[in-house]
Amino acid sequence: MAEKTIAVPDFSLSPHVDQVGIEERAARFTKRSIKKETKLNGLLLALNMIDLTTLEGKDSEGKVKQMCYKAMHLLDVYEGLPTVAAVCVYPSMVKTARAALGDSGIHVASVATGFPSGQAPRDVKIRDTKFAVQQGADEVDMVISRGKFLEGEYNYVFDEIAMIKEACGDARLKVILETGELVTYDKVRKASDLAMHAGADFIKTSTGKIAPAATMPVTLVMLEAIRDFYYKTGKMIGMKPAGGISKSKQALHYLVMLNETLGEAWMNNHWFRFGASSLANDVLMQLMKEKTGIYQGKDYFPLD
Amino acid sequence: MAGTKNNTLKLKFDTARDYAPAPESKSAATIQPRYDLFINGKFEKPLSKKYFATINPATEEKLSEVADANAADVDRAVVAARQAYNKTWKNMPAKERGKYIFRIARIMQERARELAVIETLDGGKPIRESRDFDIPTAANHFFYYAGWADKLEYAFPNRQTNPLGVAGQIIPWNFPLLMAAWKIAPALATGNTVVLKPAETTPLTALTLAEIIREADLPPGVVNIITGAGETGSALVNHKDIDKVAFTGSTEVGKIIQRAIAGTNKKATLELGGKAANIIFDDAPLDQAVEGVINGIFFNQGHVCCAGSRLYVQESVYKQVLRKLKDRLETLIVGDPMDKNTDIGAINSKQQLANIHKYLKIGQQEGAEMYQPSGVLPKKGFFCAPTIFTNVAQSSRISQEEIFGPVLTIQTFRTDDEVIEKANNSPYGLSAGVWTDKGSKIFNLTTKLRAGVVWANTYNQFDPTSPFGGYKESGYGREGGLHGLTPYVNLI
Repeated sequence: MAEKTIAVPDFSLSPHVDQVGIEERAARFTKRSIKKETKLNGLLLALNMIDLTTLEGKDSEGKVKQMCYKAMHLLDVYEGLPTVAAVCVYPSMVKTARAALGDSGIHVASVATGFPSGQAPRDVKIRDTKFAVQQGADEVDMVISRGKFLEGEYNYVFDEIAMIKEACGDARLKVILETGELVTYDKVRKASDLAMHAGADFIKTSTGKIAPAATMPVTLVMLEAIRDFYYKTGKMIGMKPAGGISKSKQALHYLVMLNETLGEAWMNNHWFRFGASSLANDVLMQLMKEKTGIYQGKDYFPLD
Repeated sequence: MAGTKNNTLKLKFDTARDYAPAPESKSAATIQPRYDLFINGKFEKPLSKKYFATINPATEEKLSEVADANAADVDRAVVAARQAYNKTWKNMPAKERGKYIFRIARIMQERARELAVIETLDGGKPIRESRDFDIPTAANHFFYYAGWADKLEYAFPNRQTNPLGVAGQIIPWNFPLLMAAWKIAPALATGNTVVLKPAETTPLTALTLAEIIREADLPPGVVNIITGAGETGSALVNHKDIDKVAFTGSTEVGKIIQRAIAGTNKKATLELGGKAANIIFDDAPLDQAVEGVINGIFFNQGHVCCAGSRLYVQESVYKQVLRKLKDRLETLIVGDPMDKNTDIGAINSKQQLANIHKYLKIGQQEGAEMYQPSGVLPKKGFFCAPTIFTNVAQSSRISQEEIFGPVLTIQTFRTDDEVIEKANNSPYGLSAGVWTDKGSKIFNLTTKLRAGVVWANTYNQFDPTSPFGGYKESGYGREGGLHGLTPYVNLI
C-alpha cells in the first residue's frame, strides 16, 4: 500500500474562536458540583496526571533527587495512592532523575530547544533535544519559536517542530505554545493546529515563565483543536496545561472540562497532564480531608 | 492492584453525565401548606372557598395548595388596587415610590436562595438556572426600574407623564418570578397599581414575592397577587375598572385578550409565542455557535418564547455542525432539577409534556429524522430528552409551530438572501440569532430579520436595560429598558 501523504493545511484557515463564547463555556464547567466518590476519584486522577516540575537556574542534583523521591512517595501514610505521571526537569538533570526513579514507571520529561524563550539556533535546539533523549528522557517538552509564529512564518515553525520530533526518536513530544505570548484565542487555535500537523504528541499551554500561563479558556481552545484533529485524522493528541494550576478545585474543573470535551478516552495520564509543582500538596491535603473529615495543616505535607 | 503503585488510573466518570449527586437542600425554603389571595396587603381567604394543588413536576408530589380566585375575588383585588391608586400611590412623591421598589429588590436578594429553591421545586427548572439566572435577573429588574421612578422627566424629555391607573397582569409558567418582576417593576415605577395573576402551575414564587412586598411595607393594595387558572385571568382582563392589560403567554390566549378588550379604553402589551431562527454561517466560530444553539433551545427545557428552535446551517459546514451538536447533546445532564449539575430539568406539566410528545410524533410522521442522546430519563416526573430533527423543510409542521420544549429543527441554506427569506417565513417574530465572524454580514441580517431581538454571536442574553418584544404574532409593546416605561404612562 502506498504511504498516505498528509497534505499540510493552510493554517490561515484555522477556525476562529469567539472570545466571549469560549470564556462563557469555560466558566460553565466551573459550575459543576463535584462531590463524594466523583471528587475522590477526580483527586486521585489529578494526582496521577501531574508532571512534577522543577525548572530553575538553581536546580541541583540534590534537589532533583529529593523531588524524584517525592514523585514515588507522595504521602506514604495514605495507602494506595498513585504516583505522579512524570517529573519534568532541564536536560542536564535528566540522568539524575532517570537514575533516581528506577523502575517506578514514572516518566522523565525534559524541556529542550532553548527553553523557555526558544531563541537559540536550530542546530542547538536539535542537539539539546538529542542530549535529553540520550540521557534517558522519554518525553520532551519543546517550545515553539513564538517570534517566527507571530511574523507569520508558519512553515518555519512547522519544519522546526517536525525536525525536533525526528530528533526525539521514541520519546513523546510535547509542544509548548506559550499562549501568554500568543495572546489571542485565534492564534492559540492556529498554533495548536500547526503543532499537531507537524507531529506533536501533546500540545502544552505554557512554560510557566510567562503570565498568564494556563487558563481554562485557552485550554478549551486547545482541547477543541484536538477534538477536530482527531475527527480529521483519527489520531489522538495529548493535552498539558501548565502553570497557574495550584489548587485541587481548579484541577477538578479542568478534568470536568476534559471529560465533557474529549470524553473518557482522554481521562488518563497518557493523554492529559498537569504541569505543576504545588498542585500535588493541595490535592494531598484534600484527599486527607476526604479520608479523615479534617483539614490538616500544610506542614503535614512534605515540600520537595 | 491494591497496595501497588499504579500510574494508569482511570476516572470513574463512565460517561460525562455520571457525577455523584449534588442536590441543593430543600430545607433552604419553607413552603406553606396553603396560600390565600394577597389582597390589600393581607392574605385573604378566597370568596370562592376553593383551592387547587400545585405540584413538583419532577416528582409529581403535591407541594402546596393555592386559592382559586373567582370573579368576586378578582373584583376585590381590583377595588383594592383602585383605592390604593387614588389614596396613596398616585400622589406619592416619585422618590418615595423608588424607595419601596429598591426595598423589594434588596429583600429579593436577601432571600435569593429560598426563591431559587421554590422556583425549581414548583416549576421544574434546574437549580443552576433559577440560582444564576431567574432570581438575580428578577431582582435586577426591580433595581433598574426603581432607579427610573424619580427620573421619568429624563426618560420623556419635555413631556409630562401620568400613570394609567390599575394594571391587570397575567404571567406564564416558564419564568414565574422573572415575569412577575418584568410586569410589576415598571408599573410601580411609573405610579400604577397592580393586580397580578401568576400561572396556575407555578404560583409559589409570586406568592413568596407577596410576602416580600408585605415585608417591604408597600402601602396596602398597591400590589395584589391572585391565583387561579384561565377563568380568573379572563375575569381580570374583562374587569371594567382595569386600565391596562399586560400579558405574557401563548399567541392563542393573546388573541382572545385582544378580542376581549377591543372597543374599550384598556391599553395592552402582549408578549406571545415565537419560533426563532438561529442562523450559522460557514465563517462562524463553530464551537461557540454550537454552544449558543444548545443554550438557545435547551435553556429552561426549551420553555422560552424566544428559544432558537429553528436552526439554519450553511450547507458547507452542515456535517461539522451536526457532529458537534450531537457530541454536545451527549454531555447534557437531564434529571433532578434540584441537582446542581442538572442541565435540563423537568417539563413544567403533564399537559405540556403531552404536547411536546405530540410534536415528536408529528415530526416522525412527516419523515424528519429524530435524534436523542443516549441518557436515561428519570422514571417519575415529566421529562423529555433533548431532541433534534434533521431532514426538515419550511413546510414541516415542526418547523412552523411553537413546540415550547427541548426540540430543535435543523435546515440547511446556501445563500444569505435565502436564509433571510426562510427565517422571516414564520407568523412569529420575537427573536433571532446570527453566527458569523463578519461584522458587515451581521448588520445586513439584523436590518432584514423581522424579529424584536436579534442576537449576534450569542443567544438568550437578557438585561433589564434592554427592551424585549415581538413582531407579527409574537405580540406588541416592549418590556425592559426605557421602552418598557412607555406602556405604563400617558404622555402629555
